[in-house]
Amino acid sequence: MHKSYRISSLGDRAVIIEWEQQIGGDIHGQVMQAFRRLRELHLPYILDLIPAYASLTVVYDAVVLYRQQHSYAGEKIRELIAATLDGAAEITASPPPRLLEIPVCYHPSLGPDLHAMAESKKVSPEHVIELHTEQTYTVYMLGFLPGFPYMGSVHDLLVTPRLKQPRLRVPAGSVGIAGVQTGIYPQESPGGWNIIGRTPLRLFDAAAETPCYCEPGDQVKFMPVSLEDFREMTHYI
Amino acid sequence: MIQVIQQGLLDTIQDAGRYGYQHLGINPGGAMDRVALAVANSLVGNDITEAAIELHFPASAFLFDTEAMIALSGADFGAIVNGRPLDINRPVLVSKQAVLRFNKPVSGARCYLAVRGGLALTPWLGSYSTHLKAGAGGFDGRPLKKNDRLHLRPGNISPSWFQGKEFVALPWTADVSHLYTKNGIIHALPGTQWNLLSENTRQQFTNAAFTLTEQSDRMGFRLSGPALATEPLEEQLSAGTTRGTIQLLPDGQLIILMADHQTTGGYGRLAHVITADMPSLSQRMPYQEIHFSMTEEKKALALLWKQEQDLLFLQNACKLRLEEWLQQQPV
Repeated sequence: MHKSYRISSLGDRAVIIEWEQQIGGDIHGQVMQAFRRLRELHLPYILDLIPAYASLTVVYDAVVLYRQQHSYAGEKIRELIAATLDGAAEITASPPPRLLEIPVCYHPSLGPDLHAMAESKKVSPEHVIELHTEQTYTVYMLGFLPGFPYMGSVHDLLVTPRLKQPRLRVPAGSVGIAGVQTGIYPQESPGGWNIIGRTPLRLFDAAAETPCYCEPGDQVKFMPVSLEDFREMTHYI
Repeated sequence: MIQVIQQGLLDTIQDAGRYGYQHLGINPGGAMDRVALAVANSLVGNDITEAAIELHFPASAFLFDTEAMIALSGADFGAIVNGRPLDINRPVLVSKQAVLRFNKPVSGARCYLAVRGGLALTPWLGSYSTHLKAGAGGFDGRPLKKNDRLHLRPGNISPSWFQGKEFVALPWTADVSHLYTKNGIIHALPGTQWNLLSENTRQQFTNAAFTLTEQSDRMGFRLSGPALATEPLEEQLSAGTTRGTIQLLPDGQLIILMADHQTTGGYGRLAHVITADMPSLSQRMPYQEIHFSMTEEKKALALLWKQEQDLLFLQNACKLRLEEWLQQQPV
């Protein structure tokens, strides 16, 4: 059988499952299916499963695995992954993804790069906002900071490289574009994404029961809000 | 309770790490040197993954307002208690009002201070490790600073053990030499980009001496050395990363991902430091040299297995010595 993925080791405590290296299409669905299936096994020696655009990193405890299975960890993990991913009989329908509606204020005081981006594309800022809000994005992965969602892909016209000079301080909630990706800074941080707006939502709250607002596989739609609404919402969140 | 009476450079609470949340961008963190954490805890009779204080030099100074049994392991920072030198890898009783200071960096980069009974803290997502980016876990999610008060769980220390002294060094030390690599070589396994490199570049990697730079911290160790040819290595789609990964940057230099690494990244994966050698690597200081030697998974796991067995043996030995010693003490 032709396999659509490849498993490679990342040292003696992790392997990476890689599919065709592209953003979008059906690939991420396969990544998330593998993520869910391996997670549902609740194996004590699997420490972490990290989905990304076209890969799933599996971090394991080689010592626990050796104690339980008496076989070399990498080999065992590869067998397990192959058996889990190829088990055709167990194919279950994926649950429908969550759709998160995230309010964003695109006022220039909160989105300092909006006007420069519109100018470089020779369109109005309103058109940039329209293109950014009309699409539904997939959260491909979380990374960089706790709860930072990498989403895509933006409309071709919005594709913009990272800033040449990263900012030392990007406020929490800032919504940005880097390449084909769009993302949200969950906390204040240095950063090089083009900032076009800000959400009043808290994407990361350590004290909350679920500290991260987004999860890999979520669908996200941005809802434009006025500066007045943004200010009011920040009072309640 | 222990009070911080002088602030250190970067002293945080760490345990064995926080796993199960990397898909949310929350990295595991934890002690950089898991062997030293285990040794310090074993010496005072704690579980080997109990949270301890990870110290960097210059380290904090501490005032004990209760009797405690403590042990230091990992780096030797020239510890003194009330002016008397304190060995690393030895359990010690310190009396009420004792002051623990660290005078000079003798060897190593990270020292672990374990206290019998453990620190009374609230876990975040199942771990006591301090997550600096999240501002959570450990002590208030941040490094220790002056006047912080760390509460202790009961260590059941009897004042009679002191026999009027303010400092009692228990009569044994743990030999840890076999738990670390010899002659400074760090073993690595080939990464996914290893085979894309020319034979020449691969030889450069294993023959050259790399130097740990000052841009090295709990997130990653940046090395300086000969620039390795990077032509075949393009930046890839970001993917989940792991501790010990040796990334090849576009300028041909290397970064090794450490405990507080980001959970995803797109740089070329040249090789991976084996888990058994991570404790040794964690104790390297800036300007020290690193030599890499390639190995294979079976050997890496055999070394890891041996290290774990040795730690288990050490833990049992410590437990027996402590029990013996406690039996000899006046009631």
